[in-house]
Amino acid sequence: MSPLLNPLLALFLRDVRLAIRVGGGGGIGVLFFLIVTVLMPFAIGPDLALLGRIGPAILWLGALLASLLTLDRLFAADHEDGSLDLISMSETPLELAIATKAAAHWLTTGLPLVIATPFLGLFMNLDGTASAAVALTLLAGTPALTFVGLIGAALSVALRRGGLLLAVLVLPLTVPVLIFGVAASNAAIVGPVPFGTPFTILCALTLVSLVVGIFAAAAALRQGME
Amino acid sequence: MALIDLANPTRFLSLARPTLPWLAGLTAAVFAVGLVLTHGAPDDYQQGATVKIMFIHVPSAWLGMFGWTLMSAAALGTLVWRHPLADVAAKAAAPIGAAFTFLCLVTGSLWGRPMWGTYWVWDARLTSVLLLFLMYLGVIALWRTVEDPSRAARAAAILTLVGAINLPIIKWSVDWWNTLHQPASVVKLGGPAIHPTILLPLMVMALAFTLLFLTLHLAAMRNEILRRRVRTLMLMQAQAAPGSGS
Amino acid sequence: MNLFSSLGPHAAFIVAAYAVAALTVAGLIGWIWIDHRAQKRRLALLEMGGVTRRSDRAAGRPA
Repeated sequence: MSPLLNPLLALFLRDVRLAIRVGGGGGIGVLFFLIVTVLMPFAIGPDLALLGRIGPAILWLGALLASLLTLDRLFAADHEDGSLDLISMSETPLELAIATKAAAHWLTTGLPLVIATPFLGLFMNLDGTASAAVALTLLAGTPALTFVGLIGAALSVALRRGGLLLAVLVLPLTVPVLIFGVAASNAAIVGPVPFGTPFTILCALTLVSLVVGIFAAAAALRQGME
Repeated sequence: MALIDLANPTRFLSLARPTLPWLAGLTAAVFAVGLVLTHGAPDDYQQGATVKIMFIHVPSAWLGMFGWTLMSAAALGTLVWRHPLADVAAKAAAPIGAAFTFLCLVTGSLWGRPMWGTYWVWDARLTSVLLLFLMYLGVIALWRTVEDPSRAARAAAILTLVGAINLPIIKWSVDWWNTLHQPASVVKLGGPAIHPTILLPLMVMALAFTLLFLTLHLAAMRNEILRRRVRTLMLMQAQAAPGSGS
Repeated sequence: MNLFSSLGPHAAFIVAAYAVAALTVAGLIGWIWIDHRAQKRRLALLEMGGVTRRSDRAAGRPA
């Protein structure tokens, strides 16, 4: 194992273990996703045809909110117990450490959302193809949400504030991901555009947010810890 | 030398004091010319007299974008050179940019009512301006909730730059989304070719609005410098107060 | 009113747009002006109280 990868692997395993054992992350995210999805028919009405038409949008909104709200404390908890200082003072570049934390976070909260999607699709009257399409777009799109949310999580350390302010700051930035995620799902279900067009753009957005999110989060953490 | 002089807040204040009245006067003069030209501009054959709304709608849209550009430039100054004057410039620009973006939205919707028959359509341009407005409100909320100005400045700078990268992506996504959901039946604001009789008043009004923005920005920057002085003095007073333990 | 009738059937919308623009600009000017007055007043009060900035003292200027 190279000297660069070793600490990153340790950090990754630590974050995954923390998320699973403490149980604050993935489980609650999925529960939140479930509740938001279940609430929708109460607001819209139990019309199955209508739910089938707007189901992908509802699932995407629920996943968007769930993945952003679980990010709130990603760096703040590490900041409070001092481990963030250790991470930033180590020889490992802060950007790589942040990318590792993001990967661990996505694995414990983003992936469960993707796995839960086909089951929640049943509530939304989505057939097999439709559920698979939504799950596939979420698989490609939730990393983007994690990376955009990283900026908010890092700013909450810099600002010593979290909650609503960060949601207000970060949510407008997720509009492109939402547009292309829902468009790709709908393209697979009803058309008229081929699935590939919006889906490849969604993947491109994920790659862009990977770069922008990680570097912006690293900059925010450096500024915030002075 | 000159740049370093300007970068000093005290120098900036002594420079802003004589400049402001001249800038304000110039703004008023250009506005007077612009309004006269606007009044004399001919009606559009399709949109009638409502085309007059364009003379405030388009400059407001331009200044909404100009404001974010200015904030991004200032954000670079904050992050790269750690310059307090850049913080001041970014903070002062946010409410002014937000006000012009708001004006763009309101005039756009007042223009839309007679043209489209409704105050709001999810037109690509209006929607991206709405998102720009929301991002302005977010930045203003950030400035207002964080007490320490330099901490707020750095966080706002990062957010502004991320926004600057994201805004073209948002604009493009919204365009794509709009063409997907709406057939091209909507009357486009502005139109492809603008006749010179309309273009000239539009340019003069755009110049007037830009001068207005610069005047307001200079005045707001001056206020912000004074506000920071008050803050420093109050902190010093609190430290010097008997029983404070120092 | 001459101006109003010359604007055609949608005069109310045009006048409303210009009114909102005037109000917004007036609001901005008013806010900046009031803010300026307030900061000046607070600064003067503090300086009357004998608080001065280090740079002022170093330059030998009276408070």
